[in-house]
Amino acid sequence: MLTVFLTNCRIIDPYNHKDEIGSIYIKDGKIEGVGPDVPEPEQCPKLDLKGKWVSPGLIDIHCHLREPGEEYKETIDTGTMSAVAGGFTTICPMPNTKPPNDCAAITRFILDRARAVDRARVLPIAAITKGQKGEEITEFGDLISNGAVAFSDDGVPVKRANVMRLALEYSLNFDCVIISHSEELELAGNGVINEGKMSILLGLRGIPNAAEDIFVYRDIRLAETTNGRLHIAHVSTKEAVKIIREAKERGVKVTCETAPHYFSLTEDAVDGYNTLAKMNPPLRTEEDRLAIIEGLKDGTIDCIATDHAPHSILEKECEFERAANGIIGLETALPLGIELVRNGQLSPLKLISLFTKGPSMVLNLDFKGFKVGEIADLVIIDPEREFTVTPESLYSRSHNTPFLGRQLKGRAIATVYHGKCSFDLDGMLSSCERRS
Amino acid sequence: MKHLLGIRQLEREEIEAILRQAEAFKEVLERPIKKVPTLRGKTVVNLFFEPSTRTKLSFEMAAKRLSADTVSISKSMSSIEKGEDLIDTVKNIKAMKTDCFVIRHPATGAAHMIARYTGCPVINAGDGINEHPTQALLDCFTIKEHFGGFKGLRIAILGDIFHSRVAHSDIMALKKLGAECVVAGPGTMLPPHIEVLGAKVEYSVKKAVKGADCIICLRIQRERQGGIPLFPSVREYANFFGLYPEVLEFAKEQAVIMHPGPINRGVELDPQLADSSRSLILDQVTAGVAVRMAVLMMLLSARETL
Repeated sequence: MLTVFLTNCRIIDPYNHKDEIGSIYIKDGKIEGVGPDVPEPEQCPKLDLKGKWVSPGLIDIHCHLREPGEEYKETIDTGTMSAVAGGFTTICPMPNTKPPNDCAAITRFILDRARAVDRARVLPIAAITKGQKGEEITEFGDLISNGAVAFSDDGVPVKRANVMRLALEYSLNFDCVIISHSEELELAGNGVINEGKMSILLGLRGIPNAAEDIFVYRDIRLAETTNGRLHIAHVSTKEAVKIIREAKERGVKVTCETAPHYFSLTEDAVDGYNTLAKMNPPLRTEEDRLAIIEGLKDGTIDCIATDHAPHSILEKECEFERAANGIIGLETALPLGIELVRNGQLSPLKLISLFTKGPSMVLNLDFKGFKVGEIADLVIIDPEREFTVTPESLYSRSHNTPFLGRQLKGRAIATVYHGKCSFDLDGMLSSCERRS
Repeated sequence: MKHLLGIRQLEREEIEAILRQAEAFKEVLERPIKKVPTLRGKTVVNLFFEPSTRTKLSFEMAAKRLSADTVSISKSMSSIEKGEDLIDTVKNIKAMKTDCFVIRHPATGAAHMIARYTGCPVINAGDGINEHPTQALLDCFTIKEHFGGFKGLRIAILGDIFHSRVAHSDIMALKKLGAECVVAGPGTMLPPHIEVLGAKVEYSVKKAVKGADCIICLRIQRERQGGIPLFPSVREYANFFGLYPEVLEFAKEQAVIMHPGPINRGVELDPQLADSSRSLILDQVTAGVAVRMAVLMMLLSARETL
């Protein structure tokens, strides 16, 4: 367990609306003191964190760990390592594993593996429908009793509106959130990139924004009908942001997330048939990108999720149309978010809130932020730290990111999970752990 | 120019250089002995993963006229059928000391991908619904031969613009050379944002043809449409989107007709118009060999001069 006195740091705690310079005293893994006036304890290792931020551990509400079934892409071991290297102490893997997480046995397997690794909190999201086939809903009660925290058929939409309605109605019994993968499949057709300038220039079939917008509206309408709690995954279009904003104003119980690539990149990133930038929903236009940032600023978008989607070289080094969708994101999410702070688009407190309190509220998690007596769960961030994204620099088993070769600024330098140091870029905390 | 992957990657000067070189080779094709030793000892591999008669034959003939050795591989005889991936197939063929790949593939970007993984020149002979650059170059060659240049010309392209790699390459090439391009066809076959390539969109074929110097009709490619039909019937297509004498009247008096072939006679083009003196369709076929000779020569023997 960690014992250390972190001083001179910028404490950013959205749970308690705090952004102040102060100290955090961690003793035997628990927070003993936090704030501007914490007296320095005697015989305790001290770290001067001038210029660094300390925030509660980040939460990723949407990632893929590929275990069980595709361990050659990622495992719970490598995925949690990637998570803590990116500053996340809590991650929610989506159910599209092989087999899919649609029953308690798979949920338990994921939790057992996570417990054995013991590096970050893993909160599995279970499938809405059996086999993610969109036909029959899963045993929500049993799955929640066994550790599932929400339901989604991520990767595929629940095509039949009446099945989605049933899921939202049944979710009321368990006060859980239903996460929508919003995609009108027939309209998306065989599309592989955004329908627009690049689909014409590259001669690839496009996916129109409407394929997302129509489904977002359908599910919002169903949430309104049932009074169920709906969360829209990976929002990527200007119109979807607008539809969600209006629904929230009407009082519909809807929340949503976006991923860092949708506020950092546009469809231009796929030029040259760059399969590393191929994803679903696809990268959109500059107009959409700016609307996403606006949605983050005004609170329409509740949280930033990574949609970390590891793939091996086998799925990416091939014809564009055959290449798998998705990019890894756990280790680049925070620096890309910090870019918004540097551009003056978000305050540090707002950014950290999108990575902590936002996802916590979507899932109704009982997190309190920095409170005396609570077990330490935090990340130390150096907002000025520069690094180049290379395969060697990544902890994920996969390297499928369009940011390869890009120099990013700002990153997690240490992550503390459950009172113990689970990531320590410069080795500054490990020594404190040894001395404790 | 290391490869010919698409018109998008070419500068106007490069297109003009290819057309100039093709002129010289067209003269070679008129000789009693239609062969030059330019590429003696070089090996050109034709990888055709989609059925093709004309383009494949045209490339083979072009290579042979330049004294290159040619090998043709189709999907059914390749290890792709056994599940090997395209990159591995190409790497193996390259290891047999190939000098050039000509590839036709149903996946957009396949030629670009091969270019990334091989050191030798790659010519795109049609990829997915993307580009067919040599067809555009031969179309430009035919137009230039007939009109002497491109400035002030209005070219109408009719039919399935969405699925036509010929249309995409034609629009870009003609635009780069200074011609005006207008496209028309059923709304379901006009892709959104096509104006990005520099084409004007008309929903009425007559409006598109009005004042045109040249009309390029495209083949209906039912095999690419899949799923829901993109127009209600062949009869309706022929009535509203085909080129027939009463539509041609809207064009300039001396307007000419082109078609990349094979023609669905009586559907997109009136059978008699296809064989009339206003048709340049067979000139296009001849131009194809000369243009492909020019491209092969420029990529394989004079790369440093480009």
